[in-house]
Amino acid sequence: MIPGQNDWIVGLSLIVIAAVALFGLAVPLRSRVRRIFRVIPGIVRLRRAIGLTVENGKRLHVSLGESSLTGNSSAAGLAGLSTLERIASLSMISDRPPIATSGDGALSILSQDEMRVAYRDGNAIEQFDPDRGRLGGITPMSYAAGVLPVMRDEQVSANILVGNFGSEVGLMTDAAHQQQAFVIGASDSLPAQAVLYAAGEEPLIGEEIFAIPAYLQAGPFHQAGLQVQDILRWLVIALILAGIIFGILGINLL
Amino acid sequence: MKAPLATAVAIVVGLLVLAGYIVPIPQLLAIRTIVLGWALILVAVATIVGVINLVRVHWLKVTRKEGRDIFSVVFLLAFLATVVGAVWLNPTSPLFQQVIMAIQVPAESSLMAILAIVLAYSSLRLLQRRRGLLAFLFVVSAVIFLFLSSGLLSGADTVWPLKQIILLLNRLPDAGARGILLGIALGSLVAGLRILMGADRPYRG
Repeated sequence: MIPGQNDWIVGLSLIVIAAVALFGLAVPLRSRVRRIFRVIPGIVRLRRAIGLTVENGKRLHVSLGESSLTGNSSAAGLAGLSTLERIASLSMISDRPPIATSGDGALSILSQDEMRVAYRDGNAIEQFDPDRGRLGGITPMSYAAGVLPVMRDEQVSANILVGNFGSEVGLMTDAAHQQQAFVIGASDSLPAQAVLYAAGEEPLIGEEIFAIPAYLQAGPFHQAGLQVQDILRWLVIALILAGIIFGILGINLL
Repeated sequence: MKAPLATAVAIVVGLLVLAGYIVPIPQLLAIRTIVLGWALILVAVATIVGVINLVRVHWLKVTRKEGRDIFSVVFLLAFLATVVGAVWLNPTSPLFQQVIMAIQVPAESSLMAILAIVLAYSSLRLLQRRRGLLAFLFVVSAVIFLFLSSGLLSGADTVWPLKQIILLLNRLPDAGARGILLGIALGSLVAGLRILMGADRPYRG
């Protein structure tokens, strides 16, 4: 057997297991069964910051990063879009609607779409302004340079950075600190996570980026998604341990 | 009807592309290549739309009655000059590339320099802002790896206990990074499945 020949079977099996588990876990959640998840301090503070921002008549800024929808980082962009929709819904009563910036043209159009959906579902479509979903710049540094004026000039009191960033995210967290604004950051990129840990207020590490919409009650499929991630994680751990044991015994399964 | 139709198209196309990736059938690979080609064209169009939106926002900032932004004027002039230059000279022209790079490289280098200072300052303040074992370990590991990559131990990697210690230390970031990346991969898989199931529809506006 050629090594790697059956990789597609493993991949397909993983996808089928995840899909069945996701569907199976999301259906009971539709009947308002509430799942209790562990407390993530950053998200607790985010919820508080959303409330305070609305109360103070300030603005929320959601930065979606530079994810390309056709690239490897598209999932981080999708997590950012789901977060944006929830934040737009939660802050609908605010005098100043939230603003979204992105580093990709398609992502900026989808950010406008997400905000339109939130306002339409909340029967407040007249408040929707497409200019609140903006393209910041299409290279990492031009994106950071394009976002800084938004953080400075738009009465922003809370910044939610969710998506794919590089180390330039440090410039954005610094700008937020200078404005004495709350900042929470989550990224799928390792350098950005390290920078956010050092420079940010409330960094979310690893797959916690995908937990934000679920913790903001984005819907049963998001909450079921967290449980599926846990199941898959245990499965991967079991496979790694099995691989080690079989490796020691000199048995090659693939 | 718009949303169900869009959802059905997204699900069918998504499944075809996914099948093209994992099932080794040449026809599916061909379909995947064609669909991804279309996607790239759409992304390019979306970028143009995004840039037009960006120009519009800056134009509104320049023409509003109160709080006009001088930097928006600079942006609009630079944008206009770039577009005219690209149309006049051709974007692949060496002269045009040289002019753009002569502006872009120093500007981005300056931002990188500022970033280096910001990160150094933030790291110094980390233990002040965030107390706890994790923050302490972060700072200690940052110092250790700065020391290891400084070249000061370049001769020591042949000495028996030091060599093993350095090898062990260099393995630690790999292990941590793999753990984080596995988590992100699983999260990405679930996010993709939500799109394929039509449960997450960022395009329904």
